[in-house]
Amino acid sequence: MVNRALRSSEIRPRVLGRRLLRSSLAEALAYPHGVDRYVELVRPLLARDVRAEVTAVRHQTPKSVTLTLRANEHWRGLRAGQFVGVSVEVDGVRLSRPYSPAGSEHARNGELELTVSTHPEGRVSRHLRDHARPGMILGLTQAQGDFVLPEEPPDRVLLISGGSGITPVMAMLRTLCEKGFDGEIGFLNYARSRELALYEPELAALARRHDGLRVARGFTRARRSRLSGRFAREHLPAAISRHAGAGTFVCGPPALVDAVRAVWAEDGLSEPVVETFTPPALRFDRAGAEGRVSFSASGREVVNSGLPLLEQAEDAGLAPDHGCRMGICNTCSCHKSAGIVRNVISGATSSAGAEDIRICVSVPVGDVVLDL
Amino acid sequence: MSSPAPTLTPEQLAAFGQELDEIRARVVAELGQDDVDYINRLIRVQRGLEVTGRGLLFLGFLPPAWIGGTAALSLSKILDNMEIGHNVMHGQYDWTGDERLNGKTFEWDTACPADQWRHSHNYMHHTHTNIVGKDRDIGYGILRMSEDEPWHPYFLGNPLYAALLATLFQYGVAMHDVEAEQIAAGGSALDDEKRGKLQAVWRKVRGQTLKDYVLFPLLSGPSFPFVLAGNATANLTRNLWAFTIIFCGHFPDGTQQFTEEETENETRGEWYYRQLLGSANLTGGELFHILAGNLSFQIEHHLFPDLPARRYAEIAEEVREITERYGIPYNTGPLHKQFGSVVRKIVKLALPPLPGLRGSEPVLDESAARRTRKPAAGKTGTRKPPTPQTRARKPPAAKTGGRMRPASNAAARKPVAAA
Repeated sequence: MVNRALRSSEIRPRVLGRRLLRSSLAEALAYPHGVDRYVELVRPLLARDVRAEVTAVRHQTPKSVTLTLRANEHWRGLRAGQFVGVSVEVDGVRLSRPYSPAGSEHARNGELELTVSTHPEGRVSRHLRDHARPGMILGLTQAQGDFVLPEEPPDRVLLISGGSGITPVMAMLRTLCEKGFDGEIGFLNYARSRELALYEPELAALARRHDGLRVARGFTRARRSRLSGRFAREHLPAAISRHAGAGTFVCGPPALVDAVRAVWAEDGLSEPVVETFTPPALRFDRAGAEGRVSFSASGREVVNSGLPLLEQAEDAGLAPDHGCRMGICNTCSCHKSAGIVRNVISGATSSAGAEDIRICVSVPVGDVVLDL
Repeated sequence: MSSPAPTLTPEQLAAFGQELDEIRARVVAELGQDDVDYINRLIRVQRGLEVTGRGLLFLGFLPPAWIGGTAALSLSKILDNMEIGHNVMHGQYDWTGDERLNGKTFEWDTACPADQWRHSHNYMHHTHTNIVGKDRDIGYGILRMSEDEPWHPYFLGNPLYAALLATLFQYGVAMHDVEAEQIAAGGSALDDEKRGKLQAVWRKVRGQTLKDYVLFPLLSGPSFPFVLAGNATANLTRNLWAFTIIFCGHFPDGTQQFTEEETENETRGEWYYRQLLGSANLTGGELFHILAGNLSFQIEHHLFPDLPARRYAEIAEEVREITERYGIPYNTGPLHKQFGSVVRKIVKLALPPLPGLRGSEPVLDESAARRTRKPAAGKTGTRKPPTPQTRARKPPAAKTGGRMRPASNAAARKPVAAA
């Protein structure tokens, strides 16, 4: 900075101000709280964690809200199909939920589109539907997840979704269309009814513009629907010429994912890429639980109740960090120094050694020691 | 001086504990937006006062600006340390899930590193409240604040040490967890753990000193001496205020102290009972309570250290009603009265005990047994020893991290001058 001339962009007051705020002098003056704890009171987006401001709010259906977000400079972007942890204060408690943005991965200026479907019990989704306004600040994580298009997409892509599972495949579709993908795309989507179907005009517009795209929608509770009932093999031709060999991505409730998997298995095809955000029915064997759970950092020990370790820790009066409580967001990841746990989603048992585990979906098999 | 505490039967103690548990459960269930809004508003006010104060001090050559700036900065430090820092670090706002309000990571604007405070205060003091030999807040290892502590000519300086501690309170607190006075007295070794703690204290003190006594004065250019003096005054004001409030928590007339023997195998009810007998409240208006970090509700704070302090005022009414029903003394009074009795105690305990005047305070007479380090066999205390059926062995308040076996360092404790 001393030996070179300042570029013109660097003497703009805005840029200079930011550089000053990021300087070690500013940090020393703001000790011990840190510059962010002052700046965020005036300009929340200038803080050094990933945050976004809601810039537009619209309601496609009565049971959803679609938010346009502008993320701050710390957002590193996403690949279509990934999800982000979104945190918001609800009744004084900061809650975080994973949502898959529905916009193209090529969106500029840190723009994100979230479509949040409400659930009767969903505190975050209902809060966002009822209270989201332009100017609202949300906390974000960087994008996560392996439910993504390969770098080189296959010649034919089949995107199957149900309910709110439309959002990650919508991001995939928009990304493919935007980068001029010239292969065949089948978009097969299920909603309860036409009134609850998301992205109807957007999909119609995309289908008009892209010859290779065929959009087929099934309404599971509508009497007269071209595709009646839930997913069935017979629905496939409406979306794609031949499903065998198509790169297939499925996102939706477990029943849809299972039904697609079954068809693919019958045909001897390799597993489709799947993601489900609705928690599968977790099976706990509470009666057969044995052993003890030791929380080494706090010195507490409880008899294994057979519930996931997060709940056992909470029952013991601890308050471990957590987010989704369904094994997705990794916020509750915690070091296990000894013992075996079983993943309640996959049923897989862990090794007996030291490792990090997601305690929201891990139940102890015998004695377990956690660094909590 | 309040009447001696009644003897409660194990059943009464259990019922008493249950009633307090119910208050706690009810408040926990009620926590919500109002509590978060309150603490966030307070943080906003504190940061605003700090920025305003430091800004005004840049014009410190103008007397009104110096006075206003110093006052704003003093208030900022008091709010930061007491109603915000102390309370947030108890985990009172952990339930919000907001990392900025997380009790395990919060740092405060004082010399003591937050991590060491969490150990020396949240754990040692709150678990072992008023147990002579275990609760190092009794006299901070340099004052004689208990008749149970043997007198030594060193303690003739009690009032002087108290005045020094009050003036330099932030550094006294900073050295608290290192147990510096024991190292100085040769009573404990400077091992790796202590050395690590000292390094952390040094880093924190360096950061604080750099900010208050180097960078801000230098940045102000010609106002250098005014900023320096303003910052020093703000730190001093905070020190004196914090000392005053904190020493009113457990030392006014009527507060009781305990021995290790009588607190062994405590039940939850007994633990609550000890917190009540060992703590004292201050009366005052709403602003006074905020500036005191609600430590003016020391009793409620010790019963429920991890409930948001703004709730103590409403809890106090219920606690008071319960104590009246059980006939348990509830120690409260205005600041001048409570602090006056603390000052008298500091002066009185500077002198050797006069024969025949012992027991002028309702302190359990265990000193003879303790001096010879023998277990107290026949106790004359007002409290019944716990009976087997009351030994539920429940841990005390959630945040204090479980019961501790009698600490080994308790036996090594001795007055500095004894070395």
